Amino acid sequence: MSAVTTSHAIDNDEHSKAQVKRIWKAFWILLILTIIELGLGLTIYNIDLNPNPSEGLVLGLKGLICILTLAKAFYIISIFMHLGDEVRNLVMSLGIPALSFIWFIFAFIYDGNSFKNLRNTDAGSRPYIENVQHHPVPATKPGEKD
Amino acid sequence: METALARTKTQMWSGGKSPFNVSYGKLMMWYFLMSDSFTFGAFLISYGSIRFSLNHWVDHNYVFNKFPLTEANLPLAFVSLMTFILIFSSVTMVLAVHEGHKMNQKGVEKWLIPTIIGGLAFLSCQAWEWTHLITHQHKVLVDGTIQYWGTTVSHNPWGPEVMYKGEMVATPGPVAFGGYFFGITGFHGFHVFTGVIINIVMLIKTKLGHFQQRGHYEMIEKAGLYWHFVDLVWVFVFLCFYLI
Repeated sequence: MSAVTTSHAIDNDEHSKAQVKRIWKAFWILLILTIIELGLGLTIYNIDLNPNPSEGLVLGLKGLICILTLAKAFYIISIFMHLGDEVRNLVMSLGIPALSFIWFIFAFIYDGNSFKNLRNTDAGSRPYIENVQHHPVPATKPGEKD
Repeated sequence: METALARTKTQMWSGGKSPFNVSYGKLMMWYFLMSDSFTFGAFLISYGSIRFSLNHWVDHNYVFNKFPLTEANLPLAFVSLMTFILIFSSVTMVLAVHEGHKMNQKGVEKWLIPTIIGGLAFLSCQAWEWTHLITHQHKVLVDGTIQYWGTTVSHNPWGPEVMYKGEMVATPGPVAFGGYFFGITGFHGFHVFTGVIINIVMLIKTKLGHFQQRGHYEMIEKAGLYWHFVDLVWVFVFLCFYLI
């Protein structure tokens, strides 16, 4: 192959400064997204402390956390890994196979859910009974075995 | 002239140059990372599938609620520290790559060192967390008797609670939890470990001036891609084990 082609070689100082600024901006975005995720995680923790937590609300917050995670993944891949600066051919040859994850996630979670239904109905031979159980509460006193 | 230009456009796949406009090594690093993402994806999706199939799973806010040197109940605190360490070491890595583009040897060295320290700090945090989980014992009601269990691949003391002699006591939870947690975070930790080794090799080669002689710092870019991938995987491990 002919000369090595690096698509984002730095030629002048101004370009370099702009690039560094972009990197730090991505870092702050990632940090803020992570802090928001932690806030939502702690909100879920506090909702679960109630005797009757709202399952719909918890599920919605978890969905929001998943979306924020996808945003973080986008920033890491496009800015830190410079995929955003690569040619379309390369982006597509990586992105299109990665789309199969959408199917994997739906199919295998559906499978897990179906298995749960079989388990809770003895493979359809009895009505659905799910034991709703609460999480164990940790020790509050220091040094106590919990 | 116009026909010549049109011909070079259609000849993107006809050889002589990379249709992806990257070197062979970088392209193969991308493909390796993609195959690795399928490995991690398979692990995490299998974990999700098992979790959906069970009526009871552990509550991560109670399993991961400790911080070194304190007994306070601090859900999410330690793992967020680990996440910040990894994001920070990712940004220092991308700055090292950037200095490499400018052919600035000192700059690459300056940013590679905090990247390596960040990786080692992350591994130390993980070692503490594993030790804590395995050795910190919890009261469990097993076959009518009280026992004290750590969280391992064969023991899970975080199961549903039952009333026993006037107090609520946990029963054994699904064994799959330990297997998935230690398996996936261990596999990720192994990636961090190899990443640290690769970065140390890169630092030595930079100090010896190998890349300066070669005329480009592309090896730093490839090591950087791997390191960012490790950070990317952690984002999803963090999501699956600690947040949802």
